[in-house]
Amino acid sequence: MKQHLLRWPVVLVAATTVALAAAACGSSPSSSPKASSTGSSSVKTLKVALIEPSLRNDLAFSQSMYAAVESLAGPMHLQVSVSDNLFNVTDAGNAMRQYASEGYNLIIAHGSQYGGTVEQLAPQFPKTSFAWGTAGVTYGLKNVFAYQANSQEGGYVEGYIASLLSKSKVLGVIGPINVGDAHLYVVGFHAGAMAADPKATVHTSFTGSFSDDTLMATAAKAYVAEHADVLTGSSQSVVGAIGLAKQDNVAWFGTQWDQASLAPSQVVASQVYDWTGVLKQMITAIRGGVLGGATYTITLGNGGEKIVYNPSYPLPASIKSAANKVISEIINGTITPPTN
Amino acid sequence: MSHFLTAAVLTATVAAGIQLATPFLLAALGETMGERSGVVNLGVDGIMLLGAFGAYWVAAKTGSLVLATAAGLGIGLVMGLLTAFVSVTLKAEQGISGIGVFLFGLGLTNVMLLKLFASPVTIPALPAVRIPLLYRIPYFGTMFFTQNWLVYLAFVLVPVLTFVLNRTTYGMKIRAVGENPAAADTVGVSVSRIRYSTVILGCTLAGLAGATLLMLVGIFQEDLTNSEGFIAVALVYFGAFRPLGVMAGSLLYGMVGAVVVTWKTLGIIPTSASDIASMAPAVLTVLALLFVARRFQQPAALGKPYLRGG
Amino acid sequence: MRWRRTTQETRAAGAAGRKDLLFSWFALPAAGILALLLGTLLLLAFGANPLTAYRALVSGAFDGTYALTSTAVKAVPLLLVGAGICIAFRANMLNIGGEGQIAMGGLAATATALAVPSLPAIILVPLVLLAGAVGGGIWGAIPGAFKAYFQVNEILSTIMLNLVAVQFMNYLLSGPLVANSGYAVGGLIPQTKLLSRNAWLPTLIAGTQLHLGVLIAVLLAVGVYVLLWHTGIGFRIRAVGLSRDASRYAGMSVRPTMTLAMTLAGALSGVAGAMLVVGSVSHRMVTDGTLTGFTGNAGFNGIVVALFAGLNPLWTILTSFLFAGLLVGGISAQVITGVPADVVTAFNGLVVVLVVSVEFLRRRARARARAAAIAGPDPGGGGEIPETGGEMPGTEVPA
Repeated sequence: MKQHLLRWPVVLVAATTVALAAAACGSSPSSSPKASSTGSSSVKTLKVALIEPSLRNDLAFSQSMYAAVESLAGPMHLQVSVSDNLFNVTDAGNAMRQYASEGYNLIIAHGSQYGGTVEQLAPQFPKTSFAWGTAGVTYGLKNVFAYQANSQEGGYVEGYIASLLSKSKVLGVIGPINVGDAHLYVVGFHAGAMAADPKATVHTSFTGSFSDDTLMATAAKAYVAEHADVLTGSSQSVVGAIGLAKQDNVAWFGTQWDQASLAPSQVVASQVYDWTGVLKQMITAIRGGVLGGATYTITLGNGGEKIVYNPSYPLPASIKSAANKVISEIINGTITPPTN
Repeated sequence: MSHFLTAAVLTATVAAGIQLATPFLLAALGETMGERSGVVNLGVDGIMLLGAFGAYWVAAKTGSLVLATAAGLGIGLVMGLLTAFVSVTLKAEQGISGIGVFLFGLGLTNVMLLKLFASPVTIPALPAVRIPLLYRIPYFGTMFFTQNWLVYLAFVLVPVLTFVLNRTTYGMKIRAVGENPAAADTVGVSVSRIRYSTVILGCTLAGLAGATLLMLVGIFQEDLTNSEGFIAVALVYFGAFRPLGVMAGSLLYGMVGAVVVTWKTLGIIPTSASDIASMAPAVLTVLALLFVARRFQQPAALGKPYLRGG
Repeated sequence: MRWRRTTQETRAAGAAGRKDLLFSWFALPAAGILALLLGTLLLLAFGANPLTAYRALVSGAFDGTYALTSTAVKAVPLLLVGAGICIAFRANMLNIGGEGQIAMGGLAATATALAVPSLPAIILVPLVLLAGAVGGGIWGAIPGAFKAYFQVNEILSTIMLNLVAVQFMNYLLSGPLVANSGYAVGGLIPQTKLLSRNAWLPTLIAGTQLHLGVLIAVLLAVGVYVLLWHTGIGFRIRAVGLSRDASRYAGMSVRPTMTLAMTLAGALSGVAGAMLVVGSVSHRMVTDGTLTGFTGNAGFNGIVVALFAGLNPLWTILTSFLFAGLLVGGISAQVITGVPADVVTAFNGLVVVLVVSVEFLRRRARARARAAAIAGPDPGGGGEIPETGGEMPGTEVPA
């Protein structure tokens, strides 16, 4: 192993260079977009890049933004490129920088871990707009937008419904790590459940991972053994728990994405993030010359956050109307779900 | 704590621990065979992922869990052939080639997931199979004899493989090849053939482990295994390269994990200590080995490609 | 000298030997081309133009100052971990714990930077790196000592300690070390405050990411080389790796040496972790709940680059740079072609397997050719092949 290997790295470099010399020289490569628009001549196509920390089909966080951006691509004349599964912040930074150097107009950094990178990159590309979420800070930079979700609102409503629906009055909540959206949702859920029935018991636990499905399933099983008949949870790993809910016929409340398809007879409702409103505002602002400086929040009030009931689940009308009442009270400010 | 010590919770925890342990056990048993004959395969995680994805695709398309299991086995078999070719015939550096297989499996499964499932669906649940008569035993019946058939298979493999390793000619050849391939060669044992067979077996089990994991979760997600394949490899060392030891290690790891989750759900472990508690399975596994301080030897030829005359 | 020897060998080898020599020269490029072909298939399956992709790969990695400096920066953790692996593997300690050691080093460095932010840079930067070394060093010493004194297999303990490290990281970054600002509504992001400017690694070329860490890493790699081959400690490390019994018989203290080797490997990984924090664009430590999110798989890739370099820290400098190029260029290729990022990961895996597959054959062919040259023009087949391993250092002589 020792001395013979001295030669081959050189050979490898030489071979690679020779093989690619013809390909490597020539004009610089151009971008090939994933989805492009058929723009009318009066509206200039906006180049949008979406950076995500997990796969765009994760049935949760990443998918919510991907779906929103894709749905707007045609109507708003966008050219969309996606770099997903970039959980490593350095790699994401390189990708962002590459997009910025290629003249992309809007770079959506969809992950709270990207904040520091956005903070450093934005000043270097003053003509590019950066959107960072979920977060509530723009670092005072003129070309940074921030967006976030008041997950505690949806959590509150779902907790309220869950509490009324539950016969055993034992509810189980499974979170990944106690930060960010997961934290807000859990706090809201707890408060809503207590408001509906102060005698209900809400158990909460965190698996310690955003991606360990089996731990979620195990927690769900434990809750069922503890007589919980309603479960909920957050992050893309909840599918493990939903699977168990399906098996044991326990009611489930979804977050971030409409999870009804995963367990059609068990999912009662899902808190869905609809980012299109926020995106529309940002894109309009960018087209008008404003590249940042604002924070957008999706709430039940502005329709960015929705409670989507599963039509296949027989939710008693009385509970549904009570829930709708709670929703309107949150919207008009009578109820303010806590964040801690 | 009183809530934990109720029958319902305890049985659920033990049953969950067994289920958590099963994918580890399958993969680790397979790796044990390979390592006993002298071949290290660090690509187990990648093969588990590939097997899991294959099973997922088949299950989503056909709805048949049997076919899905077959897919997992088949993919494991193919990967076993490739791995054996690379490690035994081409005599590549086993550590690196394994990591290459891992990266390949990780990348390819994510890519295929994106391409084939714009919005992933769930697959049918694994049915629980009750062992006749035994399942009626109070408490233990629920814990041990009302699992799915993959769990039973995994635990049945333990005595089977132990028997094979210790009491068959084939097993003797495996051990000989692992300890002293030159001597085995001299008495006419085909080192290459033995290693091919164990590696293929090992990878097939890894593929099955992936399919098992997939069916336990009910859907495929990026990096479904979460490095479980590497833990499985570690458990081979924990088990001193013996199926029984590997089973002990897998159960320890799975049980502790299940207990931690249950205690968290009961509030015995408060949220503030959640992350620290999640360390428990790993810490306890290492401590267990520390205090059981077994002085064991790994197969003398482990990791070394065999070269006649060399 | 080597060129002369080669031409002599070629002449002396005779027909059969020449065939072997040719094979040994072309095996590796052939593997490279096979990798490119398979990669092309992958790319085509995703509707990407392979030429565009490869062009982007090369230019993203090496074309221009920004690309080169990004590649150099990406190579830093690979080099440091790889240099550490050179020490550990040569002592026959299979350190699979790079990921955890990087994380612990990063945490120690971050904690230090947060604790004493106002120290002048000239003190704080070395202090932070030192803290990283200590954090990682401890995380290497534990499995090292467990193996040396309690025969706990280090593959097991290092993998398990990785799992412990990720939970520890999650705990610290959502609890004691978390930044309390930055999230208006109340849900915290698992990241720390922006670290004091005094802790930032100075940038060497303005406008790029190239920071002092690159120089430090190269110096450390050279230092490891010197350690292993020009010091008593290094000699002991290598001796213990080759034969524990013989070393003990020769009066060397085997167990402390084994522990030391793992500690050094861990310390180097820890420095990598420190640099990942204070040399990063964000200058904070942030987690997404996994180790890879922070390390970028450097703990495993470091093993690959070290083994590719024959466990020689100097050659690791080259292999880590090349591998980093593959990674950085891969991001470029992904951005430009729009293929999913994981195509690059899969391609990386393919390259690793193919290159390592031909390596042994190539070496064997070379050795056969040389044997033919020694034997004379008509070698008559076979001959003794000098055993040069190809093994993972796994010789466990019962202690």
